[in-house]
Amino acid sequence: MCEACPVIDWAENLPTIRSFTARRVNADMNDLIVWFDRYERSQKELVGGKNASLGEMMVAKLPVPPGFALTIDGYQQIWRDKALVDEVNVLLQGIDHADFAANMRTSDQIRAAIESVAVPEAVVAAVSEAYASLCAHCDVDDVPVAVRSSATAEDQPDASFAGQQDTFLWVRGADAVVEHVRKCWSSLFTDRAIAYRHQMGYLHQGISMSVGIQKMVDPVASGVAFTINPTNGDRTQVAIDASWGLGEAVVSGEVTPDNFLIDKVLQEIAVREISSKEVEYRLTESGVVKKLPVPDDRKSEPCLTDNEVKAVAQLARRAEKHYGCPQDVEWAIDRHLPEGENVVMLQSRPETVWSQKPRASVSKGGGDFMSSIVTTLVSPLHTRNQQAAAAETTSST
Amino acid sequence: MANDRFPSPFEIEGPEGVDGWEELYPYSVPFGEGRRDYEENRFWFWDSMHWGHAMTPFDSTFMELAIASLSQMNSRHYRIPPADGVDFRVLYGYPYLSPVAVDPEKIEARVPQFMERAGHYFMNWDELYDAWLGKVKTTIDEIESLDFSPLPEMEELSVITDGVGLGSGYALQKEYHRFKDLILQTWNYHFEFLNLGYAAYLDFFGFCKEAFPSIPDLGIAKMVAGVEVDLFRPNEELKVLAQLAVDLGIAEAFADPQTALANLGTDAGGQWLAAYEEAKDPWFNFTSGNGFYHFDKTWRDYPEIPLAYVRDYIQKIEAGEDITRPIEAIRAERDRIVEEYSEFLATDEDREAFNGKLGLARVVFPYVENHNFYIEHWTMSVVWRKIKQLGAVFAKEGMMSADDDVMYLKRDEIDEVLWDYYSNWAVNAPTAAASHWGPKIARRREIVAKMSEWSPPKALGEPPEVITEPFTIMLWGITSDSVKTWLGSEDDDSGGLTGMAASPGRVTGKARVVFTPEDVNDVEDGEILVAPITAPSWAPVFPRIQACVTDIGGMMSHAAIVCREYAVPAVTGTGFATQQIETGMTITVDGSAGTVTIDD
Repeated sequence: MCEACPVIDWAENLPTIRSFTARRVNADMNDLIVWFDRYERSQKELVGGKNASLGEMMVAKLPVPPGFALTIDGYQQIWRDKALVDEVNVLLQGIDHADFAANMRTSDQIRAAIESVAVPEAVVAAVSEAYASLCAHCDVDDVPVAVRSSATAEDQPDASFAGQQDTFLWVRGADAVVEHVRKCWSSLFTDRAIAYRHQMGYLHQGISMSVGIQKMVDPVASGVAFTINPTNGDRTQVAIDASWGLGEAVVSGEVTPDNFLIDKVLQEIAVREISSKEVEYRLTESGVVKKLPVPDDRKSEPCLTDNEVKAVAQLARRAEKHYGCPQDVEWAIDRHLPEGENVVMLQSRPETVWSQKPRASVSKGGGDFMSSIVTTLVSPLHTRNQQAAAAETTSST
Repeated sequence: MANDRFPSPFEIEGPEGVDGWEELYPYSVPFGEGRRDYEENRFWFWDSMHWGHAMTPFDSTFMELAIASLSQMNSRHYRIPPADGVDFRVLYGYPYLSPVAVDPEKIEARVPQFMERAGHYFMNWDELYDAWLGKVKTTIDEIESLDFSPLPEMEELSVITDGVGLGSGYALQKEYHRFKDLILQTWNYHFEFLNLGYAAYLDFFGFCKEAFPSIPDLGIAKMVAGVEVDLFRPNEELKVLAQLAVDLGIAEAFADPQTALANLGTDAGGQWLAAYEEAKDPWFNFTSGNGFYHFDKTWRDYPEIPLAYVRDYIQKIEAGEDITRPIEAIRAERDRIVEEYSEFLATDEDREAFNGKLGLARVVFPYVENHNFYIEHWTMSVVWRKIKQLGAVFAKEGMMSADDDVMYLKRDEIDEVLWDYYSNWAVNAPTAAASHWGPKIARRREIVAKMSEWSPPKALGEPPEVITEPFTIMLWGITSDSVKTWLGSEDDDSGGLTGMAASPGRVTGKARVVFTPEDVNDVEDGEILVAPITAPSWAPVFPRIQACVTDIGGMMSHAAIVCREYAVPAVTGTGFATQQIETGMTITVDGSAGTVTIDD
């Protein structure tokens, strides 16, 4: 018996649910679904942290794979079921936080209860309709999606629930999506989540769950982009390594990728080195990732068109501006998305090598322009490297 | 294995049947035994950027004046610390240049001299540049006013009544002497600012390369380039005239450029002709070549050239295209580029230095961009017109058989012809010119024709380990790398060429190899122009082409500037494009990477 966790009368203690739903007498799809690319900041508490960050990225023109959020309205509707409320309350009251095994069992029971409740019809309709339009947009029947939990705590908007809720990959078909939505909801009651709320003193009913439904990327090509030239630290260039298929081939070093250097300011491709790319990781029909040899006719072809190279570079540049420091971006060209939308960002993290070095000033504390001109004339800069190289050659022979 | 040196000028086997070619040039200009040791131990490169054809004796004048003037500014005026002049020689009709470096021990002593002298120009640039414009226009007026009329049967009475005591024969000789002085004056002026302009540009260039090791040369050029440049004016005037023809409803009169001017008898036609006359001087003193050859055609003297372009623009206007230059957009783009690079700098101090150097580069650069119009186009158009007048006089008097025979005389030989003319006019007796010069000129024509067919070697002698002479790099785009490429070119059959990434973009298309301004008209829509070098006056064909490749020229060569202006991808200074590429081949030009590949 846990004294610390107050007995919950869901009906009485969740005025927010009531007022919330009351405001939405005509609750329809517009209240239940928020597309990532139409996300507004005011919707943050409706879609939870994870979905909000996907929406934020879309808004910042950092295109993550497309998708939508089922808002917390969907989750809150299940608690109109008095029987479910009673059942869960009884189970919660029986928890002994010191008994991990019992705790796990209770968690399983609560989750089973939630997963057996009928998903409200409005939710089924909204999710199915949104999923259908995602399929239409990608021009794929039953497009595979990731179904992600996105929790929100109304009193602790910054609380971290990272890793506490489940994500389900490669879900196909409207029924399966709805099924996994319910699994996301129930993942608010994993033993870890229950214990965490207990430790932090959060109310169980203060937490709500939105669910993200996002297209699984099926990359024609993918790779990484640095918003700094990794060979000399020049911040005016983006360096891209790219190869066919999923990013594993590039990241693991199993292929020599195509390499591009793009000038950020002129927005032109300065260097283009096309390699023979022997293998690619691809998603097979059965939904399994396999390493396959690249057919001969594609091996030495550039895996990106010039427009795609520029689009990836622009994406990386936007990420750099958004996060305010040089970035290391994972990206992919999706097979199904229409041209112009098919470059997607998978991940962006700060670049660590050059960013941590102090940046050298080149103005050398001034000096008048005439002496600078003299220096330039006596040793034009673009000959200095050559002179150094020549000196090296001379000394080594 | 690649060689490490080019053949000696004394090992070169020239074209057949040109014995005595040395006689076509002043004795100090050809390679010769007298200076063999000196000449064999130097590095010489063929300046095919300016002189892609064998020079006639008179054409050679301007090569000599130009290179001597350039040299004089480096060595005697501004005391450029590491660089004296550029030595020049002619081999089988083609000029070879050799930058003369200053003895390293003497560089130091020149620094304060340079700082004082060049500093004065930098500090007073605008004022001096305004004065320069005045000087050049005065010189042009003076050349224009030279009187090369045939000598009269009898002097005017006023010569008697005014007690002048000097006659037309004396005056004609004096006019010609003045002509020689004025062309030298012109070429001195040409280089009065140019080397300093490049020096300031190089300084900004060096700063950018240090701050952004990978910055394309193009990025730097774009920050400095002027938006409204006199060199673009002739082409802009064509657009204005095309628009006017459409507005006046007389567009159809331009269907045939040869007869267009005769078809304009109406009121509207008169109005258009008035505008044309207005634009013609000075803007159509614009050569279809580079100003260095007597056969270059100027728009002013060959109106069918600009009228054909006017017709092209009329067709574009009628097809609904906007042919006006988007000045505001060009300016905004330049500002954006500057701002973004500035943001990438590490410190505020760097930004200050960047702004200062960019500021100076922009003060000096209008000169670099515009001198080409004032000297190579405008002044030289007048110069060629004048010498052709004199040639016509010699032909009319039966001293020579064709108007252009005069181009086969050295400039000082013309003094002798004038003496022949004058003295025998005075005596009223036959001249000796026809019998003396007739066979010589016929032979010289033969020699020049044979030399023109010949392919001169890119370079001669021993290249320095590293090319450091700033103007060789800047003006001619010759670097240690390009020399290496030239040395290795015989081993290279990869079908690829590299050069300067002069104007961005990448396209694949059909090549059109163009050697002379006349061939430019053969260029068809969507082709890739391949030429030894392009002239600014070819600008109106740039909207037609997909890309441009040249044999020679740096980032700031005329070709590069015009290509960027018209947003046509370009690779300049490839060395061998016109030798390796043939009309009709499919080639890929990458103006961002500076590469050209032959696809079939």
